[in-house]
Amino acid sequence: MSTSVTDPSSSQKWIAGTLVIAYALITIAPLIWIFMTGFKTPPDSISYPPKVVFEPSLEGYVNLFTTRTRLSEAELQALPAPDNFADEIVRNRGMVIVGPSRFGERFLNSVIIGFGSTFLSIFLGTLAAYAFSRFKIPFTDDLMFFILSTRMMPPIAVAIPIFLMYRELGLSDTHLGMILLYTAVNISLAVWLLKGFIDEIPREYEEAALIDGYTRFQAFYKVVLPQAATGIASTAIFCLIFAWNEYAFAVLLTSGTAQTAPPFIPTIIGIGGLDWPAVAAGATVFLLPVMIFTIMLRKHLLRGITFGAVRK
Amino acid sequence: MADVSLDGVTKRFGKDIGVSDVRLDIPDGSFVVLLGPTGAGKTTTLRLIAGLERPDAGDIRIDGRSVIGETPAQRDVAMVFQQYSLYPHLSVRENLSFPLRSPILRTPEAEIARKVAEVAEVLHISHKLDNKSTALSGGEMQRVSIGRALVRDPAIYLMDEPLSSLDAKLRGDLRVELKRIHADLGATLLYVTHDQVEAMTMASHVGVLDSGRLVQVGTPREIYETPLNTYVASRLGLPRINLLPADLFPGAPTGARTIGLRPEHMIQTPGPDGDGQDASVTRVEHLGDQTRLHLVCGRHDMITLTDPHTNLVRGDAVRLQPRAPLYFDDRGMRIP
Repeated sequence: MSTSVTDPSSSQKWIAGTLVIAYALITIAPLIWIFMTGFKTPPDSISYPPKVVFEPSLEGYVNLFTTRTRLSEAELQALPAPDNFADEIVRNRGMVIVGPSRFGERFLNSVIIGFGSTFLSIFLGTLAAYAFSRFKIPFTDDLMFFILSTRMMPPIAVAIPIFLMYRELGLSDTHLGMILLYTAVNISLAVWLLKGFIDEIPREYEEAALIDGYTRFQAFYKVVLPQAATGIASTAIFCLIFAWNEYAFAVLLTSGTAQTAPPFIPTIIGIGGLDWPAVAAGATVFLLPVMIFTIMLRKHLLRGITFGAVRK
Repeated sequence: MADVSLDGVTKRFGKDIGVSDVRLDIPDGSFVVLLGPTGAGKTTTLRLIAGLERPDAGDIRIDGRSVIGETPAQRDVAMVFQQYSLYPHLSVRENLSFPLRSPILRTPEAEIARKVAEVAEVLHISHKLDNKSTALSGGEMQRVSIGRALVRDPAIYLMDEPLSSLDAKLRGDLRVELKRIHADLGATLLYVTHDQVEAMTMASHVGVLDSGRLVQVGTPREIYETPLNTYVASRLGLPRINLLPADLFPGAPTGARTIGLRPEHMIQTPGPDGDGQDASVTRVEHLGDQTRLHLVCGRHDMITLTDPHTNLVRGDAVRLQPRAPLYFDDRGMRIP
């Protein structure tokens, strides 16, 4: 192995490595705590001093996904033996399961609205960014600034007008309404990020494709899109994270059919006392899709962040 | 294959002139080389024919039909870009197949495989077919980019300095190969280069561009032997033609301002005696197969060629006599 003088020395590598690991541990500690709390029993979760070693239990997850009702000792005795582990856990607390909780559908709403708006933001953002990057559009700079300016205002500042407008248009508490709202917020970010990525792709590739017998649109999806994949992936992650985590509009505009998981999870606290394991379980499940999505695209994300710096 | 003609084509980029009133006929099966310095409009001419630029005035005809309103795909041209422009997300094989898979050609897979193998063989890139196109050396990229044009059978091949980044040996090989392809396929080529050896060896016609204007078109020998003006005269020939005041030597025709002496137009006699003008040697460059002699005659420097095994050294005196020189008038035009 040849080493260049610009390569870090081994002691520098050690120091850098230690710092990175220490930082990673600090940032991941709350996540690990939430993950662990999800597997504690309610008494363990509030015990003092906090328990690091404990007997894992699925009670939090059972409570998250079910609704339960308390029965008297005599009523419990009269029931047939529990036929699954969830029943057993619940009966130990003197309750029976009466049905599924609404967490499942709230979670599904989050998936539909989060991924739906991410897809729409990326789809529209890519087309707009391509047009801004390649075509001579009058007032390009002004238009780009206008698009950016929609991001400067905190979205919640227009909550009341949007609330009234949505009620008028019948978009309140609908999936479509939430998808459109999150797309509107995300699209400025998407256009700006993607324009940067597309600007980096030399025009010569499209020109070569045009001469090779393809139409402009074919050149776009056969030559530009694959090369913009890195940028599209990292932009998609940013859009998804925003739409997934958004709380204020979700509280304001959704209640019944289209409520997402963020406004739902706090309501668990109210069901049958402070059920921290159920809340932690909800947070853990809620984290998973973004985590999986990010891990799937991490190769692109890493390249996306260094894009432009290492390119020939 | 088809003939291509440009009729009064003009293209401006804002205030800058790309090309101006270019008239050029590229007959079917010819090999036309465009010569000119950077910014003379060579690449712009190619891009206008390819349809990547729209002319401000004039007409471009391929095979007799005006193609001004057509897209690059409809024009059926193949182009080799100076910057290669290989699709970085595709392998070498996919790059070469790309034009054959276009919606216009829709070549059957077996045919694609055959053509790609054939072209890869010619360009010596068969062993790299499954490489990513980014994992190639500059020379290999350039060959793939030439190959991407050669897999097709277009109306005209447009090549923008295709051999510029190859090493000398490969450049020599590919020069022969391109000439052979031209002869075998009867292909029509428009070729842009800085390299006069490429122009002289490959071209059936040479066009010389000067700041967007096509100054002269002719066979390489015509351009070399009867240049229209001093500009064209100085585009071809190495060492370059020596342009000196006409009265330096006796015998200039009336109206001559400048005498153009190519290295082979000078007869040198060693020693201070004999016919001709006095000159002295300022520098001797031994290049192996030739020796360049830098001379000063009066106050004028000039370069000529001499016997490779010359004994002349710096400070030696020689007598200089022009032989069949070119004369130019005060506008720089050659006096016939």
